[in-house]
Amino acid sequence: MALAKRIIPCLDVDKGRVVKGVNFVGIRDAGDPVEIAKRYNDQGADEITFLDITASHEGRDTTVHMVEAIAEQVFIPLTVGGGIRELADIRNMLNAGADKVSINSAAVYNPEFVREASQKFGAQCIVVAIDAKQVGDNHWEIFTHGGRKPTGINAVEWAVKMADYGAGEILLTSMDRDGVKSGFDIGVTRAISDAVNIPVIASGGVGNLDHLVDGVIQGRADAVLAASIFHFGEYTIQQAKEHMAAAGIEVRL
Amino acid sequence: MTSKVCAVIDYGMGNLHSAHGALQAVAPGTQVLVTSDPKVIMAADHVVLPGVGAIRDCMAEIRAQGIDQVVAEVRKTKPLLGICVGMQAMMDRSEENGGVDCLGMFPGQVRFFGNDLSENGEKLKVPHMGWNQVEQLAHPLWKDIADNSRFYFVHSYCVSAERPEQVKGRGHYGVDFAAAIGEDNVFAVQFHPEKSHNAGLTLLKNFLEWDGQA
Repeated sequence: MALAKRIIPCLDVDKGRVVKGVNFVGIRDAGDPVEIAKRYNDQGADEITFLDITASHEGRDTTVHMVEAIAEQVFIPLTVGGGIRELADIRNMLNAGADKVSINSAAVYNPEFVREASQKFGAQCIVVAIDAKQVGDNHWEIFTHGGRKPTGINAVEWAVKMADYGAGEILLTSMDRDGVKSGFDIGVTRAISDAVNIPVIASGGVGNLDHLVDGVIQGRADAVLAASIFHFGEYTIQQAKEHMAAAGIEVRL
Repeated sequence: MTSKVCAVIDYGMGNLHSAHGALQAVAPGTQVLVTSDPKVIMAADHVVLPGVGAIRDCMAEIRAQGIDQVVAEVRKTKPLLGICVGMQAMMDRSEENGGVDCLGMFPGQVRFFGNDLSENGEKLKVPHMGWNQVEQLAHPLWKDIADNSRFYFVHSYCVSAERPEQVKGRGHYGVDFAAAIGEDNVFAVQFHPEKSHNAGLTLLKNFLEWDGQA
């Protein structure tokens, strides 16, 4: 009897629609977030994460309605990230039915925001997203603006600080690996996972099912997040779980 | 024929969208109401006591809004389901926030998992977050759910029940804890059935079909 390692598919949304190449075999309109969320839910996803890339405030209201529609039909935890800058943003998403929000650049600009958010809404719903790039041997730095802007902040120290400030979970994305399909950056995943006492989600770089296994066993991640390998029907969540189970990892089958 | 009513008690501690949605999804014929109105709660056929966040704030709101008295009445008369902090609130006392007196419906304490939790030499993280197995002990609410099914948990404090016969589901995360407790017409779970996919939905369906006989 042990806690299962989680598999989390991640979807990009813009104005309440799923964008950026989701293409399940046999489904034509792949942009409907409710349909896609249900599909992953049926396949056995342990959670679903939405990354809101909407630029405008009006568009954000549409995202809130999208979360409402999904929460009425999908009964697994939902996380929404992207553009969470104020307590009101968090309240809106939680009221719509999100279980957690993921805070990224707002935490870098104002770490106190994480503390306030955690005190107000509880650590269980505050995920801090860390975008890290390797800048030297065993040295990773935080980058913002989609990996373009360096901050000079040491990623491992930052993770420890965010846990102290009340983050309930760390979503760690390796900017070197994102979209490259060569596997997670095991070094930074393991360094952060060992340094903090809260769960770490590994993200960025998954190209095959062995990468998921490596993230858990070598990287010691508590959960693994992937996008493209699931979106194009390359693998189902179920296949990913069976592969992890065969490698001796506890999963929810 | 009038439809049955399930009241989800809203005492201002966060989002009840999911609980409402899940209950409504498993019983389209039931009217599920999110409410803080004692009259509505007392008139309902089934009552759910949810809870998120810190116990001190939850208990403060429960007392300030007179929900403690409503729950005391409900427990005498109809099926009552506690969820997560709603379950913890039913115990004698929680050590969270420096120690908080709770409703005292079940003898026992709510304890912190601890910062040095481990299993077979592996350090365990707190909160206990994710899908874990529940070992079932005979109760009608487990109908059609395989023993040791996984449910979704998010908590840093857990229930240590004083009376073993009141434990209806056993959980384990570094330590043994009560994942479900029950007596007569009251049942309470530490996990989130509304977020636990098929196993959780089945439990909610069983609850809405339950007459309160253990």
